[in-house]
Amino acid sequence: MNDFLRPILIIAWKDVLLELRTKEVVTSVFMFALLAIITFSFAFEPSPQTLVLVAPGILWVAFTFAGVLGFNRSFALEKENDSLDGLLLCPVSRDVIYFGKLLGIFFFMLVMEAMLLPLFAVLYNLPVLDIKLLLVAALATLGFSGVGTLFSAIAVNTRSREIMLPVLLLPVASPLVIAAVESTRATLDGATWGEIGRWWGLLIAYDMVFLIVSSFVFGSILEE
Amino acid sequence: MTNTSSTTPTAALQVRALQKAYGLKPVLRSLDLELSPGQRYVLFGGNGSGKTTFIKCLAGLSRPDEGSIAIAGMDTRRQGAESRRMVGVVTHQPLLYEALTGLENLRFYGRMFGVPNLEERIKTVTAQLDAARFLSARVHTLSHGMKKRISLSRALLHDPALLLLDEPETGLDEEALGLLDRVLETTADRRRTVLMVTHSLERGMAFADQVGVLSGGRIAYQSTTRGLDAAAFRRTYHGLLGAAQ
Amino acid sequence: MASKSTPVATAKSGGILDASNLKTVLLLVSGVLMISDLGNIFLGMPSESVTGNLFLIFYFHVPLAMTSFVAFSVTFVASGMYLWKRDRRWDALGQASAEVGVLLISLVLITGSIWAKPANGVWWTWDPRLTTSLILWLIYVGYLMVRAYTPNPSQSARFASVIGIVGFVDVPIVYFSAVWWRNAIHPNLYIGPLAEPGALDARMLSGFMFSMLTFVMLLAYVLWERTAMRIQEDQIKALRNE
Repeated sequence: MNDFLRPILIIAWKDVLLELRTKEVVTSVFMFALLAIITFSFAFEPSPQTLVLVAPGILWVAFTFAGVLGFNRSFALEKENDSLDGLLLCPVSRDVIYFGKLLGIFFFMLVMEAMLLPLFAVLYNLPVLDIKLLLVAALATLGFSGVGTLFSAIAVNTRSREIMLPVLLLPVASPLVIAAVESTRATLDGATWGEIGRWWGLLIAYDMVFLIVSSFVFGSILEE
Repeated sequence: MTNTSSTTPTAALQVRALQKAYGLKPVLRSLDLELSPGQRYVLFGGNGSGKTTFIKCLAGLSRPDEGSIAIAGMDTRRQGAESRRMVGVVTHQPLLYEALTGLENLRFYGRMFGVPNLEERIKTVTAQLDAARFLSARVHTLSHGMKKRISLSRALLHDPALLLLDEPETGLDEEALGLLDRVLETTADRRRTVLMVTHSLERGMAFADQVGVLSGGRIAYQSTTRGLDAAAFRRTYHGLLGAAQ
Repeated sequence: MASKSTPVATAKSGGILDASNLKTVLLLVSGVLMISDLGNIFLGMPSESVTGNLFLIFYFHVPLAMTSFVAFSVTFVASGMYLWKRDRRWDALGQASAEVGVLLISLVLITGSIWAKPANGVWWTWDPRLTTSLILWLIYVGYLMVRAYTPNPSQSARFASVIGIVGFVDVPIVYFSAVWWRNAIHPNLYIGPLAEPGALDARMLSGFMFSMLTFVMLLAYVLWERTAMRIQEDQIKALRNE
């Protein structure tokens, strides 16, 4: 177990160190999400009646597109350094590399969301800091990061990487967006744990399935 | 002590019938090679002969289409992670994180390879390569030569049984090359097997116990250097290069 | 030689002598089936009680959808086999199947719209079937785009195989999320494991099955042709590189 967990943490820590040094990912993702939310506010009438209907959608669309940006930047950085090759030299199995990268990216997304949710609560005057909502957000972000890591590794090797990632990621991640938005909306409407139970089930199933499948196929993306 | 198994005389490297194609273009056709521990083998080959492909397959960066590679008795397909522990690689790219310092890079790789007494080890290796003085600078500020030295430190950090060098002379100045020679000469390193790929005939022949020429996707010519006539070898080499064109 | 020596025929089993004959037979059978199917649908099928002749689209729309699903399953299996064995023939099959699948799913979307407009008054409803079909279309268009935009041919095959696997696994999850999204109004399913029993009478059912058979035959033929063609192209390129 230690042979498995330890290198994952080492890789994730290296990414955190890099991010602290370059500040490339988290700030741009945060700014993009914030700007998206503000722009959407102009698009939709933020009156009290429409608020609960549109706000969850705005939030999750902003997170989704910001996430795409973040994944692209994170992997572009690796590609510039050719450092994915360096990871391949290490005496670890390929799924360890996958989980290491995933952990780092997941952490950055959580940091971005932690900064953004309070702002969102203020801008829209909505009680989004509810534990049910936060857990849903974490699960959805995990699944999103899981497939995002996989597809970014592909996209960064293609010719139009900025368009390639959203084309691949957004359709596959659509259940996550649906689940996140629906349960956010339901929670804001006062739903209990049981009422959003099926969305939980979906998110957990999605995360498990895709994390496992991705860890198997990730190696074939990296190796020549 | 190096990471070789001191009990059985397993070949340090055993390559059998290695095949690798890029898309539909075959590069390595059926490569066989066997190296014993402590051997120094230099492989020559023209551009596009597959030297870098071969190194990549040995290092675990590429998956061969057919054939097998065994490092210190461990098959790279079945015991991939463990076999990589035995290998140190220096390629054209330094494989360093530009935004981190040399020290941070070495710490990262050292931890990934599970190097014991890491800080001590980093000091020792970088002292040998005279790279210690620029360890605290961010890698992107360093010259190519300095990056190469840190890269070399990275490769030697975990004391690998097999050291792979892909054209090490590019980017290393004379002083650094001298240091490299010295590092490879120290007693501990007499147990280390070195496979070097190079363009430079003089350097290669000076370093090697055995030389080979990669041509047509195979080792077309192989010989020990003892008693090998340099001029004759040069002719053979150019002849094989010409034939491959 | 980097590529294994293969019989100059096909990916499916069949000796050199039988293969092209079998293919021709398959083509003829598909052709005959298609003609009979069209005849059966337009001349032999009863009108449905509510929508009348419009219902005939059912005999195209649903078999197309199910056949596309078969095609994507083939891509799924072929992708897995390719990543495991790295034999380019599996990749050829996977690609051919994905291409046909995209074509079929496009037809599903189009026939779905044609059916929806007179029946519901709108060109598009976000009902679970259509939504899933749309996502499916996007996923496999993504598959084709990855192939087109990756310059390195072996990378291209590996990347596409990953999409072929991940995309397929996603489909049931997409379907369920789409059902729950529209608040569990289960769509009117006439056939399939989730349909209500007795939704179709015996004649309609047999007409449907016949249509299914026709489309699957046609799929098999097209896959065989395209896969064989790609394998031959590969072999020619390999010979040129020798």
